[in-house]
Amino acid sequence: MARGLWFLSRAVGRLRPLLVQGPTRGFSASAPEQLHVCVVGSGPAGFYTADRMFKGHEGAQVDIIDRLPTPFGLVRSGVAPDHPETKIVVNQFSRVAANGRCSFFGNVTLGRDISLSELHKTYHAVVLAYGAESDRLLGIPGEDLKGIHSAREFVWWYNGHPDMCDLCPDLKNTESAVALGQGNVALDVARILLRCKAELATTDITDYALDALRGSTIRKVYLVGRRGPVQAACTAKELREILGLKNVCICIKEADLLTTPADEEEMRNSRIQRRVYELLSKAASAHGGNNYNDQKELHFVFFRRPTRFIPAENGSTIGAVQLEKTVLKGDEVTGKQVAVGTGEFEDLKCGLVLKSIGYKSLPVQGLPFDKNRGVVPNLRGRVLSSESETATVERGLYVVGWLKRGPTGIVATNLHCAEETVASILEDDKKGVLRPPSDSKKHGRTGLLEILEQKNVRFVPFSGWEKIDSMERMAGQLRNKPREKITTWDGLQKAANE
Amino acid sequence: MGWALFSLYTYFLQWAAWPISCGGGGLCLQTPPRHGVSRPHPNSSPSPSFPPSWRGGHAAGSRRFRTVRSPSFPGSEGAGSATAMFPRISRLGARLLRESRAETRAGNLRSSRGILYQGHVNRHSTPVVTPTVLSLRNVLLSTTTSGDQDESSQAKDKISVTFVNEDGSEKTISVPVGMSMLEAAHENDIELEGACEGSLACSTCHVIVMDVNYYNKLEDPADEENDMLDLAFGLTETSRLGCQVIAKPELDGMRLALPVATRNFAVDGYVPKPH
Repeated sequence: MARGLWFLSRAVGRLRPLLVQGPTRGFSASAPEQLHVCVVGSGPAGFYTADRMFKGHEGAQVDIIDRLPTPFGLVRSGVAPDHPETKIVVNQFSRVAANGRCSFFGNVTLGRDISLSELHKTYHAVVLAYGAESDRLLGIPGEDLKGIHSAREFVWWYNGHPDMCDLCPDLKNTESAVALGQGNVALDVARILLRCKAELATTDITDYALDALRGSTIRKVYLVGRRGPVQAACTAKELREILGLKNVCICIKEADLLTTPADEEEMRNSRIQRRVYELLSKAASAHGGNNYNDQKELHFVFFRRPTRFIPAENGSTIGAVQLEKTVLKGDEVTGKQVAVGTGEFEDLKCGLVLKSIGYKSLPVQGLPFDKNRGVVPNLRGRVLSSESETATVERGLYVVGWLKRGPTGIVATNLHCAEETVASILEDDKKGVLRPPSDSKKHGRTGLLEILEQKNVRFVPFSGWEKIDSMERMAGQLRNKPREKITTWDGLQKAANE
Repeated sequence: MGWALFSLYTYFLQWAAWPISCGGGGLCLQTPPRHGVSRPHPNSSPSPSFPPSWRGGHAAGSRRFRTVRSPSFPGSEGAGSATAMFPRISRLGARLLRESRAETRAGNLRSSRGILYQGHVNRHSTPVVTPTVLSLRNVLLSTTTSGDQDESSQAKDKISVTFVNEDGSEKTISVPVGMSMLEAAHENDIELEGACEGSLACSTCHVIVMDVNYYNKLEDPADEENDMLDLAFGLTETSRLGCQVIAKPELDGMRLALPVATRNFAVDGYVPKPH
């Protein structure tokens, strides 16, 4: 009771939403029965899940583990440096982490440091929220040539992810870069390549990336999409931003803007697509594609799909992308318009290719996985044994975020996703599903600490991240940046243990 | 029943030094300091939930406030003469009426008696009124009170806004003019997400304006807001971002619905913290 009051006063002092202590269960004089939950992954999906668990269950104790020493997932390593407003959400996540019922364990890798079955034995519910750390492949010849990277790798590189700090993409061998795909990530990489370096210098972009970009010879960026402007996957805000970049000439072919009745129908049904199309048409007519001032160029290439990568003279680096012209056809099954090849080809010369055709999740030992869709089969967040119709529910296992839905959506999409999964968990708890008599007692945090101790895993607590955070911000102050990221595994470990 | 309560009330006023106390449950004749007005509660300790930007207060409002609730307050002088007492009681009664009028406009209290008394107040200088039991309760136990009520109800400094959850439960709050709905929601413990804290970089504070007349009174959304609304869950024709809807007098009585997914997970037995 006193402990409850202490939590309450702490929450009152800190954060209003945390006043919601959860449903009273019967006679509230005794402490609520603890529900031990482990969330694997500390991005938005993981943190929103923890947040909703605390709000929905008085006795919930949530441990969030992440393989990196730093939390927040793609908010730290994916959101572009020139989009600081999108990162404000970490304030909310930090408040969740500060909750006495929450513990963060950085530098703990599922599979290597602890197995799924060990987690299952230690917690009533395990929620997989580790997102998508791999890429869809095109599967065309030449994909392994030098100079071809996935957009994810490039983004991790300029955002200082310790796995990619040594990527060293060559930005000096060419004046043309090609981004395959026209979603927001493709726009991000194009914008970083084209944005005036003085503007980037005051963001949290890494030092080495800024240097490389300063020395970059890239002046033309092509955004290549299989379909037309009506189907472009980017959203209005990002498009508006890139179309307004200083000193960049926008090149869009008027012919590509012609719409069919099927296109009109699509636009009638989707507000996003309608507004994106309008932005592209306006840009096409305004700029007319004429580059008088020797500006940099951004080309929107529609109705082209890549069929092979052609090497340059040295035989090992990319020299050009072979593109096939496409037309749109209605797919009978899905009703959507799909791109179909016409047999006409053309080559696009370039020295850098960034594939932005989608992320892909990685399977983990002991977890059912749908290889085709690249997600964990689930029903409203409850993990299923397979994707077939006769699948059964795996007790105590849940999934949230990109691993559940596929790698699409924005930060806020995970909010709704987490609410659904948490609703399933709470339902199951009410029904007693999570505490079958056959199960031995779950020790939660103390159990995890024991296992990590036994295996000699040097985990990073949230206070360790706070040390990293404060060091980065201090270093950033010296250079007029919000932070100067620490980008190596060693560097992060050292800072966390200062 | 109302008369009985009122007579009991005036009895106590005449003969007791009525303690100036506040808080849910007590007879709250004074509202807690909202604008740092220098009255019994010092300026230096405003209510913690009140945003610092409002500490300056509204000069006009505080003047009016002082007129109604100045040291000529009934209980503070001890037992005054009945003739001195009556105008004050009637002012109090008038204030109770205004509360009920405000509630009526907000749609929370639909009482024909309230409307009848409204007519009375306008016609008589010293009205003999019976506040409805409901309005009395609202005044005494309301978690929010509107302090700066103008007799002629022009240029109000605060408006009444109701937030409606998907399950139908409602909460009516008082919002100072110039404050955004997101800020107001957070001030009143309404669970409206604000991931980007009002920077137009997300759609989590999405609200639905329930009455199209109120929607039309809002300024058109800027491109940046529309860009974010594109991505909002459960978008409707009258959707707006809560951080971009700023309180103004014409919006008094507006009702905002929280879309399904924005509402935080419902909690049984949750009691709003009284101010």
